[in-house]
Amino acid sequence: MTSSQPIKTMRDAFIERVCERMKKNNRLFFLADDFGAPSLDKLKKEFGDRFINVGIAEQNLINIATGLALEGYVVYAYAITSFLTMRAYEQIRSNLSISSQIKPVNVNLIGVGAGLSYDMSGPTHHCLEDISIMRLLPNFMVFSPSDWRLAEKFVDYSINTKIPKYCRFDGKPLPALYDGVNDLNIENGFYELLKGEKVCLVSTGFMTHRALAAAKKLGNVGVVDVFMLKPMAEKLLFEILKKYEYIITIEEALINNGGLDSLLSKIVRDRQSNVKVKNLGFNDKHVFDLGDRNHLLELNNLDEESIIKTIKKCQ
Amino acid sequence: MKKSDLINFLKEKALWVRRETLNLYKMSPGFRLASSLSDVEIFVALYYGKILNINPKNPNWQERDRFIISKGHGAISLYSILADLGFFDKKELTKMSQKGSFLGDIPDTRIPGFETINGALGHGLGVACGIALALKKKNLNSKVFVLSGDGELYEGAVWEAVMFASHHKLDNLILIVDNNKISMLDYCKNIIDLEPLEEKFRAFKWKTALVDGHHIEKLRNALKILTGSHDNRPRVLIADTIKGKGVSQLEGDALCHIKSLKENEINKAIKELK
Repeated sequence: MTSSQPIKTMRDAFIERVCERMKKNNRLFFLADDFGAPSLDKLKKEFGDRFINVGIAEQNLINIATGLALEGYVVYAYAITSFLTMRAYEQIRSNLSISSQIKPVNVNLIGVGAGLSYDMSGPTHHCLEDISIMRLLPNFMVFSPSDWRLAEKFVDYSINTKIPKYCRFDGKPLPALYDGVNDLNIENGFYELLKGEKVCLVSTGFMTHRALAAAKKLGNVGVVDVFMLKPMAEKLLFEILKKYEYIITIEEALINNGGLDSLLSKIVRDRQSNVKVKNLGFNDKHVFDLGDRNHLLELNNLDEESIIKTIKKCQ
Repeated sequence: MKKSDLINFLKEKALWVRRETLNLYKMSPGFRLASSLSDVEIFVALYYGKILNINPKNPNWQERDRFIISKGHGAISLYSILADLGFFDKKELTKMSQKGSFLGDIPDTRIPGFETINGALGHGLGVACGIALALKKKNLNSKVFVLSGDGELYEGAVWEAVMFASHHKLDNLILIVDNNKISMLDYCKNIIDLEPLEEKFRAFKWKTALVDGHHIEKLRNALKILTGSHDNRPRVLIADTIKGKGVSQLEGDALCHIKSLKENEINKAIKELK
């Protein structure tokens, strides 16, 4: 990764690709709960009959999306992550998770604002719980990309995979990490961005950028980006992880509650492996501190320097 | 069939459905009996009164009318009707709530004829709005009927959908409120008064009608009128009903929703049916 790589938001890359697909595929609908994006203006203009702003009403967003999907449409339901997942959780559970066990329902929840994307907006807009609560739901897929290339690539997969999915997008423009990567398999759910010895950082979403920066500074540290949190190709992932002595999981989410840390601990535990796992993330508290994202990460030992310190303790 | 013959036929069917529902209760006393008795005439008018355009041999027929039963717990009276019409084998009724059966105390989409998951209240109307929108997009003339309880109208998501339906001019959407006036623990007027209900819907730009929900002829006529026109408005039929209708041990009891009846009481109720 270099700073010269193109910077873009995941949502714009995703929506631009959806817009392209809507030209040829008239079975795609895009719903939003009064939440926008520059790319969405173009989509609205071109496909006004298949774009609906349902108003600030997340519960109805999910219900309308369900109705359209039951009639065979592929639906994107777009909102801020914390409100999308938590305001409408029971609608998501009943109408998507439960319902899709019997009938196919291709509803794609497109959440923007994973982790501390909305750093200055405070704890109502931070989203530290979504990985845990969305991984919990049977029949769901949970996609947590680290760059806009992955987000863009996911569009075709989302059209063809007829199950409910949750996409947790970061809110900030970020550089691409996957430019020039040709051997990526979305269904594997992860990619080894850096190979190392002894210590491997396993991260998801925005934190993969921090993990890469820390690993590059030290050298010889592995980085695995886990972009699919459910389902997970556990065996394949373990084949990579077993080469290391230490795994450090890094996520902008609450830990010890079913997130990436729990997923990795389970993989290691199930195989009675000697690999030691350390977890970096937020402890059992909301974040009221003010300051930019880096400051908030520093306060919670998730900034580059804190990650480096944790790595050094393992070396 | 002459109209008077049809009405007599519907009355007989309603009596039969109540009897069958009480018989099911003897087998599976966990379901909400009182809630499943107030909507009997509504089901009979829709299914036998030539209101719903459906094909029991092909429940997923593309051009069918969709019926979303939002008050799933109160729809056990529909089981006998669906079996009678051939949606599934009548033998299934004898296995209700037993191991391997798909007929539970709350219906789900494994049952042919049920379109949606219905256990959680307040979802049906919103999902129906999405379906109504999809049918318009597909240029299908099919309608979407929704059955909701009155207590269910306390759910905020219902009103999100009420606003959505009128804004999007979903005139292929017909909401029927089984207005039995009792929620789980009390009369609605003692919990939070829902009245004036019709005015509320009018204020949200819905076409409204009120009817005696046990008068099969008036009920059918009201449904005919509501489904016969298109004026860009979603429509609601508020059907005034009695919770536990036909069973003296339930009618008029504020707690009838959670009242259990013993087998001898059910047998007595079956004898009393008229």
